[in-house]
Amino acid sequence: MFMFIVRRVLQAIPVLFMVALVTFIMIRSAPGGPFDEDRAVPPEVIKNLNERYHLDDPLWKQFLDYISKVVQGDLGPSFKYPSHTVNDLIAAGLPATLELSFYALVFALVTGLTAGIIASLKTNSMQDYIPMSAAMIGICMPTFVLGPILLLIFGVWLGWLPVAGWGQIPGDKILPSITLGSVYAAYIARISRGGMLDILSQDYIRTARAKGLSTTRIVFVHALRGGITPVISFLGPAIAGLLAGSFVVETIFQIPGLGRFYVTAAFNRDYTMILGCTIFFAFLIILFNLLADVMLVWLNPKLRQELEARG
Amino acid sequence: MYMIRWITYCIIVAGLLSGCGKSQKLVDIGNEKQILHMANGDEISDLDPQATTGMPEWRVQLAVFEGLVARDPQTLKIVPAVAERWDVSEDGTKYRFYIRESAKWSNGDEITANDFVQSWRRSFLPALGNQYATSLYVVKNAQAFHEGKIDFTEVGVKAVEKRILDVELIAPTPYFLQLLAHHSAFAVHIPTIERFGAIDERGTKWTRPENFVGNGPFVPYEWIPTKYIAVKRNPYYWDAANTKLNEIKFYPIPKYTVEERMFRAGQLHITYYLPRDKLEYYKAKNDGVLRSFQNFATYFYRFNTTIKPLDDLRVRKALAYSVNRQQIVEYVTKFGQKPAYALTAPDPNSYVPEAKMPYDPDLARKLLAEAGFPDGKGFPKLTIAFNTNDEHRNVGMAIQQMWKKELGIEVGLENVEWKVFLDRERQLDYEIDRASWVGDYLDPFTFLEMFTTGNGNNKTGFTNAKYDQLIRASSLEADQVKRMGYFQEADKILVDEVPILPLYTYHWNRLVSNSVKNWYDNAVDYYSFKQIYLE
Repeated sequence: MFMFIVRRVLQAIPVLFMVALVTFIMIRSAPGGPFDEDRAVPPEVIKNLNERYHLDDPLWKQFLDYISKVVQGDLGPSFKYPSHTVNDLIAAGLPATLELSFYALVFALVTGLTAGIIASLKTNSMQDYIPMSAAMIGICMPTFVLGPILLLIFGVWLGWLPVAGWGQIPGDKILPSITLGSVYAAYIARISRGGMLDILSQDYIRTARAKGLSTTRIVFVHALRGGITPVISFLGPAIAGLLAGSFVVETIFQIPGLGRFYVTAAFNRDYTMILGCTIFFAFLIILFNLLADVMLVWLNPKLRQELEARG
Repeated sequence: MYMIRWITYCIIVAGLLSGCGKSQKLVDIGNEKQILHMANGDEISDLDPQATTGMPEWRVQLAVFEGLVARDPQTLKIVPAVAERWDVSEDGTKYRFYIRESAKWSNGDEITANDFVQSWRRSFLPALGNQYATSLYVVKNAQAFHEGKIDFTEVGVKAVEKRILDVELIAPTPYFLQLLAHHSAFAVHIPTIERFGAIDERGTKWTRPENFVGNGPFVPYEWIPTKYIAVKRNPYYWDAANTKLNEIKFYPIPKYTVEERMFRAGQLHITYYLPRDKLEYYKAKNDGVLRSFQNFATYFYRFNTTIKPLDDLRVRKALAYSVNRQQIVEYVTKFGQKPAYALTAPDPNSYVPEAKMPYDPDLARKLLAEAGFPDGKGFPKLTIAFNTNDEHRNVGMAIQQMWKKELGIEVGLENVEWKVFLDRERQLDYEIDRASWVGDYLDPFTFLEMFTTGNGNNKTGFTNAKYDQLIRASSLEADQVKRMGYFQEADKILVDEVPILPLYTYHWNRLVSNSVKNWYDNAVDYYSFKQIYLE
C-alpha cells in the first residue's frame, strides 16, 4: 500500500510539470497582454511594467524562473490585483470554495445514497421510478438553471433564504450547496442503485434473507459496503468536478471563492493567476483521485491482495 | 401509498426550511447602524490611486482619499477639500493652494504641501507605470521628468511653506482644477509606502487595510477579495463631524442580475447598474428607486482609414449617413440612450457639439456610387468587430441590416475576445470596430484629444493638421469662449472626415434604495460619501 502511494505521488510530478508547461505555452500564445486596456497605455509605461514583472525576458527563462519559484511554494504576483500575490488570492478564495464543495458533497451523498438505496429495494415500482426520475432531471438540469429557480422560489417569493452572499446572513449557504450538489446527488443515486442491485442479487444476500435477517440489517450490514464501491470510485472525479466547477454557482450566489478568480484571470491575461490556479487545481484533482483509489483499495479486499501480490 | 409517503417527506422538508424564517435584511440593519451596502461592479485591483484606472477602484478611492479639491456631487462644481482655498495668477498658469490646518492622515499625521509634492513626484516615476501620469503633463516640466530627462526640482510643483503649495503650468489649463479632483492627483502617505517597499514599486502591501493610511472620510478595515471591501469612519478626517455614515461595504458583483436580485431581497442599498430587461418593470413600479441619468460617454464605431475602401472619404460618409441612430436607441438598446451625431458627449452646462453627422440614405447611396460601388456592387465584404457583449452584437446586427437595406452591401460581424480585440485595434488590424469613450473630466478636451495625430487612443489612422492645431490651441487658450469655439471646429472636422461613426451617448440606470439620502447620480460617476446618510 505504501509503495502504491509513493508510486502515485512520483507519477504526479511530471504530470504537474506538463500541466504547467502546456498552460504556459497556451496563455502566452494568446494575443493581448495583462496591461492592455481600452485606454491606450503609453508605450513607456508598458515597457516599465514589463520590466517590473520580467515579461521582457525570453519565454524559456520566464518559465524556468516561474517553475523554480513554484517549487519553493511561491506562485508569483497577480498582474490584475497587484497588491495580492497568487498565493494570497488562492488562500482567500479557497476556504469558500472548499466549504461550498464540502456541503455540496454532503448533500449529494446523503440525498443520492438515500434515493439510490430506496430505489434499489423495490425495482420497477413507484419507489424506484420517483427517485430515479428525479435523478434524471437532476442530471439534465444545469446549475445555471437550477440556481436561479431555487433563488426565485426560496429567496425572492418565499423570502426564507438569502439570495446571495456567503457566511454573512444565516442560511446563505443552503441554496448554493443544494444547487452545486444536486447534479452529483443525481449521479450518486443512479450509481448507488446500480451497485446495490448488483450486490442484492448475490448469493450471500439470498442466504442472509433465508436466515430471516431484517431488510435494514441486510442493507446496512451486508450490502452497503459492496453496493457503494462504485460511488467511492466516482467520488475522486466528483470532488475535483465540484471544486473546479463551482465557478457558475459562485457567480450566481456571489460567493467569494476561487472559481471566479480562475475564470476572470483568463480574460484578464493574468498569467501568474491562470498558471497558479491551474497547477493548484491539477494538484487537487491528483490528490482526490489518489485518495479515492486508496479508499477503494481499503474497501475492496480483492484489490488489496492484488497490490500485495505485485509488491 | 408510496405517493402519499413522498408527499409527506416533501411537507417535512418544506416545514424544516420554513423554520429558517424570513431572512434578515442587510438594508434594514444598515439603516439602523448607518452602514451602506453598495454594489461596485468588478473586484478592485488595488487601492493605490497612482496605479489604478478603473471605475470600481475610483469609487472606493473617493471614500478613502481626498484631493486638494473635490466636486459638489449635485452640480459637479469644484469645491475646496484638502486645500481650503487657492489663488490663480492672471495668466492662468500659476496656482497657489492653501492646505487647511485641520487636514490629517488617518494615522493622525498632518497633511503638508510637501506630501503633495512627494506624491506627484511618485506619480511621475517611470518604474511605477502610472497610466494617468500623462494627464498631469500640463504641470511645467512634468513630461521631461517622467521621461527621465531632468531632476524633479525643475518640475513646477513646490512646497513654499508647510501648508502652501505652488503649481506652475505650461499653459493656462481651464480644466486643471478638475484634474486635481481625479484620483491620479491625490496625495499618498509616503512613509507608509516606503515601509512596505520602494516608493515606485507597484502592488506592495501598503494598501492592505491593516497597513493603509489615507486622508479620506473613511478608512478601509476589511478587504476580502470577491466578497467585499469594507470602510469605516476616519476619526482624523478634517470634516469627520459632518460625516454621517459609520461604514460602507463595497461588493464586487459583476453580474447585474445578481445585484438586482440582492437589491430586491434587501441585501443592497445601491446597485451598480440594472439588467436591461428590468428597466420597464422598475419604470412601471415607479417607487422612486430607479435612477436614470446620462453619462459623459459616447458609443461609436471606428473606421480603419488606412485600408481600402475605407480610405475613401465618400465610402466612410456613405456608411455613416445611412445609419438611423434614432432607431438604434429606440428599438435596439432601449435603455434611455440619446443618439449621438458628433464625438463629444454633450454637457448642457458648458458644451453641446453643433456639428451633426446627417442621416441621409439618398446622399449615402449617391456617395457610394461615386466611390465606384453603385447599389453596393463590387463592394468588398467588411467586418464589424466587437468585444463579447449582447448589446454590441445587437447594435452590430442593426447596422448590418441598415447598410444592407440602404446601400446594398454585406458586412460581417465578428465577436472578439476583449484582449484580442484590444491587441488588434492597437495594430490597426481591423476594418470597422466598436468603441466607446468615457470623459475623465467635464471638458471636451477629454474626448477630442483622442484623435490628434499619434495619440495612442486614435487607432483609426486619421490625421489632420488643422485638427491637431485646434486641439493644441485649446490647451494654450485661457478664454473659455474661444476654447469652446476651437472644440466646435474640431468636432466638425471629425463629422466631416468621418474617421468614426458616433452612435449614442451612454445612459445609466441603477437602483438606489429610498432610505439612501444625499446620493446624487451624475454624468461622471462622482460621489461625496461623507454627505450620504441612511434613514
